[in-house]
Amino acid sequence: MSTPTSLVAVVGNPNCGKSALFNALTGLRQKVANYPGATVERRAGPLLGDNRVELVDLPGTYSLTPRSPDEAVTRDVLMGNYIGERKPAAILCVVDATNLAQHLRFVLELKTLGLPMVLALNMTDLAAREKITIDSRALSQKLVMPVIETVAVRKKGLSELKDALNGVLSVPIANPVEYATDVRSLQTFARRIAAKVTLSEGMGHKTTRLLDKVLLHPVAGPIILFGLLFLMFQAVFSWAETPMEWIDAGIGWLQAHIDAFLPGGWVKSFIEDGILAGVGSVVVFLPQILILFAFILLLESSGYMARAAFLMDRLMASVGLNGRAFIPLLSSFACAVPGIMSARTISDQKDRLTTILIAPLMTCSARIPVYTLIISAFIPNKPVIGGLFGLQGLVMFILYLSGILSALIVAFVLKRTVVKGKPQTFMLELPKYQAPKLNYVLIGLMERARIFLRRAGTIILTSTMVLWVLSNFPAAPADAKGPAILHSFVGIIGGWLSVIFAPIGFNWQMSAALVPGMAAREVAVAALGTVYSLSGNEDAVQTGLVHMLQGAWSLPTALSFLAWYIFAPQCLSTIAITRRETGGWKWTGFMIGYLFVLAYLVSFATYQISSALL
Amino acid sequence: MRSTTKPTRPDLDFTGQNRLGLLRPGHKGRISHFDAEHLNGEGVEMTDRLREMGFAEDLMIEVLHQSPFGRDPIAVRVGSMTVALRRADANIVVVSDE
Repeated sequence: MSTPTSLVAVVGNPNCGKSALFNALTGLRQKVANYPGATVERRAGPLLGDNRVELVDLPGTYSLTPRSPDEAVTRDVLMGNYIGERKPAAILCVVDATNLAQHLRFVLELKTLGLPMVLALNMTDLAAREKITIDSRALSQKLVMPVIETVAVRKKGLSELKDALNGVLSVPIANPVEYATDVRSLQTFARRIAAKVTLSEGMGHKTTRLLDKVLLHPVAGPIILFGLLFLMFQAVFSWAETPMEWIDAGIGWLQAHIDAFLPGGWVKSFIEDGILAGVGSVVVFLPQILILFAFILLLESSGYMARAAFLMDRLMASVGLNGRAFIPLLSSFACAVPGIMSARTISDQKDRLTTILIAPLMTCSARIPVYTLIISAFIPNKPVIGGLFGLQGLVMFILYLSGILSALIVAFVLKRTVVKGKPQTFMLELPKYQAPKLNYVLIGLMERARIFLRRAGTIILTSTMVLWVLSNFPAAPADAKGPAILHSFVGIIGGWLSVIFAPIGFNWQMSAALVPGMAAREVAVAALGTVYSLSGNEDAVQTGLVHMLQGAWSLPTALSFLAWYIFAPQCLSTIAITRRETGGWKWTGFMIGYLFVLAYLVSFATYQISSALL
Repeated sequence: MRSTTKPTRPDLDFTGQNRLGLLRPGHKGRISHFDAEHLNGEGVEMTDRLREMGFAEDLMIEVLHQSPFGRDPIAVRVGSMTVALRRADANIVVVSDE
């Protein structure tokens, strides 16, 4: 499309309902950030019903003086200094009607930019419930800009907002208005305006106060937080079981049909061993990943995440971090990539760097396929601790715990050595609680599912196909002993690598699977599927990877492989995002290095000790 | 209700005023002024940050919660919003009793 579009920046303090309003104004046509979580990536989309206007949702900020890299994005875009982004033609500023005096200071600061502005007086329904009355016409006169009352979640005031935007876009740019230069005078001025247009004062958000009495209670608060986290991980494993069986059955059905339809030979092998065994073994984990993300989105959009950060601040401080780091680290349980990106909300550079460096130690959802496979193959599911838990669940819990503990230890060491810094601060608004918007959660989940399936369709598909080719060529000589794969490139490379990996108990098949497994952790499962199904007989494919592994690995090898996966930085996306967020290879290289060293050392210890004991 | 917490910052020698970082949950008052002298160079920036978060002279303030672990940070209600911050930073805010 070649129609010229005007870029409108959507700006506001955090927690003003800015993202909800953006969602309402753009609908499903927006290009959401690649990753859910805080608004850290570019989210943009055409205004519903008007393709000439493109909205871009900028990270929430309290002022134009950036306190974090995240807020710097907002300032740079608004000033027209952000590389790769047009200077906005107008600003849509969103303010919370229940907190007008505070938000107006930022509005006044924005006015100094000289861009046409429209003010969305959002959450007017909440304001009405809190008995706050604001004269929006008087406010409009004082600010010399259109002021529209909106309720983003109920899509109220949207058409008026569109009209106002078109109105300001059609008039020439106003001259900058300089009110004052220091925060204090702006604040005083904002309070004076707010006092004049506020006809009745509010009484505060009762529900939030009541909920906080419980959720931040000295005893109940932490119990509820850990209960929620426990429920989250419990849900990932138990609720996902049924949909996973469906997907599994679907793949089995496909395999059976292809088996009947295609003649034998390399095409059939390519589709069955290469594509279905590889990609299928990864797609099956979609339900678990979506459940994990649903929890994180719900915690975030309800306002609870900030409370979790408050409760965790002291514990995080004991290893030199602050409570804000809890949010990126929790997101990293789903995927380190959005976790590392949301570390942008941490203002202190050293804290942010430390958080990024330890984020890959959080057990991300890509490890779930690996852990689940190995555990179901090697750990009997007998009841332990008086039948309270199954042994399999306990091992899974230990793996998660090992990740968390090593992250804390690494943070503790880093903060005292390479990223030493002055003690930092923790300052965070605790937003009003809101019923999570199903719509918002669904948009986030759809986006997640798309990314995951795209990954399965691209990175994982490509690497399993390449692996299949490398496993089949060169063909074995006619008089060869053993499976043909031993003589292929994979067999040869696996043979070399197995020299390095022998002390930690890995055989050549595992070593070979680790090579494509560098692309993404779950690829290793796909790769093992391909390597073993090519080196085994046809029955092995039918009985599944679990049975193949049981025959091929010893228990110490399996444990060592699990230990390897707690640490090894086998994810190109994480490495790429770390390089981008740390601005170079220095810290990225450091991260890759320390993680591989830890992986090797811990696997070595695991293998040697368990071999001696068992 | 007066706080009984031991001061860790230069105390204010006139009555009826307390540093926010020394108060306990339940304490209510009004923001009198900001005093960041004890922070030397960084005081101005920290004061600006507090203002940007919504702290301002004459606003009603109430300590609502404290962390279960070590009683730090605290959550305070200031104006119509709730802000969590560490006691050391809260000490910049001087609260006078109502």
